[in-house]
Amino acid sequence: MELVLPEAIHAHLPVLVVLLPLFGGLLALFTGLIQRGGGFVAWLWSAIITGLILVCAASMLFEVHTTGEAMVYRLGSWPEQYGIGYSVDALNGYVILVVAIIGFLSTIYAKDSVMAEIARDRHHLFYSVWLLAIAGLIGITVTADTFNIYVLLEISSLTVYTLVALGGDRDRRALVASLKYLILGSIGATFILLGIGYLLMLTGTLNMNDMHEQLVRMHQSGELANNRTVFVSFALLMVGLSLKMALFPLHLWLPNAYTYAPSAVTALVAATATKVGVYMTFRFVFTIYGGVYDSSADLYFLGLCACAGVVISSMAAIRQMNVKKVLAYSSVGQIAYIVLGFSLANESGVTASVIHIFNHALIKGGMFMAVGAVALRAGGTKIEDFKGIGRKMPLTMAAFTVGGCGLIGVPLTAGFISKWYLVVGAMDEGYWGIAFIVLLGGVLALVYIWRLVEIIWFGKPDDPTKQVREAPLSMLIPMWILIGASVAFGVDAGWTADSAHAAAELLLEGGP
Amino acid sequence: MESLGHFNYWLAIVIIMIGFYGVIARRNLLKQVIALGLFQTGVFLFYVTMGVYRSPDGTRGVAPIWTDAAKTGPFDNPLPHVLMLTAIVVSVSTLAVAVAIIVNIQRKYGTIEEDEILEADKRDS
Repeated sequence: MELVLPEAIHAHLPVLVVLLPLFGGLLALFTGLIQRGGGFVAWLWSAIITGLILVCAASMLFEVHTTGEAMVYRLGSWPEQYGIGYSVDALNGYVILVVAIIGFLSTIYAKDSVMAEIARDRHHLFYSVWLLAIAGLIGITVTADTFNIYVLLEISSLTVYTLVALGGDRDRRALVASLKYLILGSIGATFILLGIGYLLMLTGTLNMNDMHEQLVRMHQSGELANNRTVFVSFALLMVGLSLKMALFPLHLWLPNAYTYAPSAVTALVAATATKVGVYMTFRFVFTIYGGVYDSSADLYFLGLCACAGVVISSMAAIRQMNVKKVLAYSSVGQIAYIVLGFSLANESGVTASVIHIFNHALIKGGMFMAVGAVALRAGGTKIEDFKGIGRKMPLTMAAFTVGGCGLIGVPLTAGFISKWYLVVGAMDEGYWGIAFIVLLGGVLALVYIWRLVEIIWFGKPDDPTKQVREAPLSMLIPMWILIGASVAFGVDAGWTADSAHAAAELLLEGGP
Repeated sequence: MESLGHFNYWLAIVIIMIGFYGVIARRNLLKQVIALGLFQTGVFLFYVTMGVYRSPDGTRGVAPIWTDAAKTGPFDNPLPHVLMLTAIVVSVSTLAVAVAIIVNIQRKYGTIEEDEILEADKRDS
């Protein structure tokens, strides 16, 4: 993969990945002026913008891997203590690439789905907000300034609330789900803001690396011993971040928001929003507090929540009557796996977390796309709509089934790789219980996926005369790219494992 | 006296907690959102208080404006104030989005009481 960009663009890549969707989103509004076909122009514009982001993201990760150094960009050339610095290293280069891939593919996918689900006169607004959401998500990952994280977090959250609420045209419950998400999300963000405030009081800076250096200095001079400020800031940040990444038991906003949002929105948000939350947690726990604050007790507690989350949310998934809700509860369980991995704070565990961010984004993105295709062709996502649909939409449902195997963790799928690392990480610490929970989670996933697969392939449709066609190509292609990639990276995990490993090493440099 | 010296911080925490309680306890969506606004306002007070400078001998910092007093003497830290300008904008936009959603809920459900909405959803399914 050789990507050579002109030098003038090259130096500005870290800021371009944010500016492109930010201004692209604002410009997308003007497509509303076009009388006919404005929606198509807005879609084309979004596809071009997200495609460019993908090129930038891939080129950045390539550069970081070849030079082995972080790319640093100072906004307005201010030194990092005063201004905002953007920096890309092995960890966030990887997460940005995940967001960029999902962003591009779900934009391609959105064309027909949005056509069917959103009122015609709102398409330009939809794509505008859509691009702003991507700007926020990528911004959180690229910035090295903690307050900037808060601002971009709110940009991405506010836009996602709006996108979820757009599902209200079809089902009014989307509005209530969106408001619930807004209230809980804002509480989470405010807790994060408070936590950053305590850190600012303590260190007098907002830059992550600078913060870490100040904390190390204070730690060495003994100022941090029994310092309650550092304890309170860590606690506030953990509560806020757990809300944002929907860690059990703070996941209550997630199932309804995912279920009633428009299909394309669910595919984008499910694959990226919570992952970005996990990324922030990595940054705070390891990059800022690493080696300074002994977080092992807190991580142990997070690990317990995660263990409970794997089991309870998988059991909840088994009972749901709406396929989107099954997948939403399964997402809560999968996030719990990711948290479980890094709560071990050893190399295999963190590698499992980082690799599962990528693998789960591929699998869940692909599966939600398949469900969205059914919503388009069969008109709903209830269990009844899926009866015997495998014979009418074989390609879509094959993708769904392969994705389901990935959730279970069948060998030769990407899900297996993640679980392998996770079990190895748990064994390294001698936690047999965790290995058992991971296996139990796999069995429960088998139950809820098998229940769907049985209905899809062997069920009898309620109304056999109902005409259901295969999904359009613009949906099948992105869906199969994601699902195909999840299998390809399950067979040969070389590239993902190496990247995740580099990221894990970077995180663990300072220690937990 | 130590705890009295932190009067503003106490106040900020009290406001935050009143707001937080309101978000949890109220069943009217609009009241929840008002409480959410209060919750965020408490954080602004916390940040602004953080910027205040007081030297060990008790002299207060002056406002961080380019005046003679600020050129010679100690001045308050302007950084938290600037951050709060941004956070106020964020908070206002959050409330705007929330109120827009509530207006739509009122249109589709005919009520903004959470209990009645839950009941309506139960009837639907």
